[in-house]
Amino acid sequence: MTAVVEVSNLSKRFGQFTAVDGASFSIEENTIHGLLGRNGAGKTTLMQLITGQDFATGGSIRLFGESPVENSRALANVCFVKESQKYPDDFKPRHVLKSAPWFFPEWDAAFAERLVADFRLPLNRRIKKLSRGQLSAIGVIVGLASRAPLTFFDEPYLGLDAVARQTFYDRLLEDYADHPRTVVLSTHLIDEVSNLLERVIVVDEGRIIIDSSSDDLRGSAVTVAGPRAAVDTFVAGREVLHREQLGGLSSATVGRLSEADRTAAARAGLELAPVSLQQLIVRTTTSDTEWSQAS
Amino acid sequence: MDESRPIFVQIAEGIENDILSGLLAEETQVPSTNEFAAYYRINPATAGKGVNLLVDEGVLYKKRGIGMFVAEGSRARIAAKRRDQFASEFVRPLVAEATKLGISRIELADLIRKEEES
Repeated sequence: MTAVVEVSNLSKRFGQFTAVDGASFSIEENTIHGLLGRNGAGKTTLMQLITGQDFATGGSIRLFGESPVENSRALANVCFVKESQKYPDDFKPRHVLKSAPWFFPEWDAAFAERLVADFRLPLNRRIKKLSRGQLSAIGVIVGLASRAPLTFFDEPYLGLDAVARQTFYDRLLEDYADHPRTVVLSTHLIDEVSNLLERVIVVDEGRIIIDSSSDDLRGSAVTVAGPRAAVDTFVAGREVLHREQLGGLSSATVGRLSEADRTAAARAGLELAPVSLQQLIVRTTTSDTEWSQAS
Repeated sequence: MDESRPIFVQIAEGIENDILSGLLAEETQVPSTNEFAAYYRINPATAGKGVNLLVDEGVLYKKRGIGMFVAEGSRARIAAKRRDQFASEFVRPLVAEATKLGISRIELADLIRKEEES
């Protein structure tokens, strides 16, 4: 696997606030990545640094083997779809689609036209008058039809309804299959995208806390539930990610279980339940104080 | 999709099920990786991993430039493999649940017989 982006020991401080804290990871060519984490975790800052829109405080970034800062050659390969993309005041969607080929050499106008129909985007209405979902649709269309070798989608679907989001996932998969490229999806709707992702990078408080293939993450945590005493015995000596109590019942989320562990749990009368990627991330990025307040 | 197991394993099992049930006959072509990916809404690389698992096991084979085909004799091979797993995957949990509910072995046998008749 070749890496199209290599980030090492990257940090970014805004005054006293550390947005990115010693992050090291790489983005593999022709792979769909999930860049996940809570609000303010540093996802957008990371993407801005990688795309040369901001200066790092420390560390290094290689974008297609070069520094991204003021580097139009490396950046020509990149499309960054932002949550809050701004357009010139008088712009209509058709102006956006018309100017897109100037920035994206791989732009496919026919594909863009199909997407406009899929998302029912009115081409001749002023962008200012569009709904939030229609505004998001423009970003999604540009991101897909640009076919940039590296495309970032930063929360691309604010206001998009469930049908439109499903259309986005379907078109992304179809087009990715025919035109493999590198995609980074940053989103809070983890359950919706988890099956699309090949690699998952989780950021929390500016640090990379998970960088793994999604196959490895699946089944990396299990919830064990049953009588409190039996659960206590079973989880003794294991790292417990999360715990809940209900009267004499208890459930605990622990790391991967071996086949022998599973048999032992079943013998002890414990129920085992899988933990979805979303739950896993919720549990690894929630601080203890919040849990004690919540439970 | 079951959350606890890798998706590619589930894709491979799904193809095996279709071969077992006769939906995919031996020597016929199976859908392409991209078709699986679109159908199950999963990453094409994951679908590819599932298909390759079956190629490694000799269940599917590749015809260059055409696609993947079900190998001859794979139905019997899959059935043999599944038979080995039958006791641990089906019989053991069945007996465990019956014990929990106080269903005797004889009653359990009766239930199985009844199920067959209906």
